[in-house]
Amino acid sequence: MIQVDQVTFQYEKHQSLFQDFSWQVERGQSWVIIGPSGCGKSTILYLLSGLVHPQKGQILINGELLNTPRPRTGLILQDYGLLPWATVRDNLSLGLNLRTFYGPDGIHAPKESADYRKRDSIHYWLERLGISEIATKFPGQISGGQRQRTAIARTLVLEPDLLLMDEPFASLDTPTREDLQYLIQSISKERPLTSILVTHAIEEALFMGEKILVLHNGINTQPMILENPFYGKLDKSTEKNYQQLVNQIREELKGKTA
Amino acid sequence: MKRFSLLWATLGLLIIWQAAAMLLNKDILPDPIKVFAAFFTNIGGELGVHFLASLWRVLASLVLSVALAAPAGLVLGQSKKLDRFFSPVIYLLYPIPKVVLVPIVMLFLGINDLSKIVMIFLILFFQILVLVRDQAAAIRPELVYSVRSLGAGRRGLFRFVYLPASLPAILTAIRQSIGTAVAVLYIVELIATTKGLGYYIYLYGTTLYDYPRMYAGVVAMSLLGLGLYFAADWLHRLLCPWQFQGEKGNA
Repeated sequence: MIQVDQVTFQYEKHQSLFQDFSWQVERGQSWVIIGPSGCGKSTILYLLSGLVHPQKGQILINGELLNTPRPRTGLILQDYGLLPWATVRDNLSLGLNLRTFYGPDGIHAPKESADYRKRDSIHYWLERLGISEIATKFPGQISGGQRQRTAIARTLVLEPDLLLMDEPFASLDTPTREDLQYLIQSISKERPLTSILVTHAIEEALFMGEKILVLHNGINTQPMILENPFYGKLDKSTEKNYQQLVNQIREELKGKTA
Repeated sequence: MKRFSLLWATLGLLIIWQAAAMLLNKDILPDPIKVFAAFFTNIGGELGVHFLASLWRVLASLVLSVALAAPAGLVLGQSKKLDRFFSPVIYLLYPIPKVVLVPIVMLFLGINDLSKIVMIFLILFFQILVLVRDQAAAIRPELVYSVRSLGAGRRGLFRFVYLPASLPAILTAIRQSIGTAVAVLYIVELIATTKGLGYYIYLYGTTLYDYPRMYAGVVAMSLLGLGLYFAADWLHRLLCPWQFQGEKGNA
């Protein structure tokens, strides 16, 4: 589904983050990208979302060259990105309003003409994420967990086939974080959704990713990919290989920074 | 609660006025009853005409300044390059008391409604420009990223992000500068005109020595300022309800 093809990228006046970097993601897979801060893990998500562009190389999604944000890619950020002046319900409507605003032009909205005035999906996702009771509240009036639920629902309303998440749970407390991790996981299992989650937490990576891409500081050229047998498993601390894998990732993260 | 305290404050001020008028016992300070009698007998006639002339000038300047300053502020707030170019100019012009420009504006535009409207426009324009610019510049890149990821291009961002974000800035700017705008209105209406509350106050105060009427003019001008202030405040609460909600659960 995603083909990162010999991509080179650096921010202005900074060292290269990626050089001739290639990586593939198959449809329906759940990936986690892990790495120390400043390694480019958020950058790769922005590259995949089409918000920033590589200096060299190309990114193909479903065989199509990525130039602008793709209508069917959903992006969820750590700090929610909600409109402060819109209620929870209006934030959920934002994507549909944008599609109505542009029409099915294939750039800002998918070409296949759907009826965007059909607002049943808003009701569904409000219920599904447990935020229907706060639908009339503004983001400033609700908790961090509720804001992230709103941001997730807003993205899912648009029925994405690719979900990109940049440390979405990093600023939430543990119970809220775990709730949302289960929720994302069950949603991505029940529909044909490819997901990529960026995190710096090893435990989260091992719970959320069937495959794990480890990035390191400095220039990333070869993708370092780990298969994760503990994907979606609740109680894994008793399994002896688990600690081994945790240590391996920890070493990877540490070792390459030196 | 708030309305109630406003009512009490008004009543208190009227009592002080009444007491001062009784103590002084001179023509130059008529008591509030006389003044309001003059106000209500004239507001349907001559005073009303002058009031409307003044109101028209302020409203025209308001529309003009919002129409020009808000888009300019949005552009400057979004483009660092343009802002770097223009901000020294704005920095120099912004603090100049615009009222000193009255003679210059009159010299260039003549002594007509246009020059008066332009004067008030100058005051409102910079206030709105600066506040809208800062508001637009303060929009977090994460918000822009996530709205773009939902499908917004330049037009969509403008319609769904920058426009609603600038609305409170516009209304705040109007509220902050309406007092100065009405003060300058008074000054420009002293000069070569026969319409407007400034003229009315001047005429009855220094030419006809009809003090209750002069005070009625002062009351009308105060109400003009107050009314516009309250209108901006009311619009702010109506159009930007998220800014007036309790901050509960704000983590």
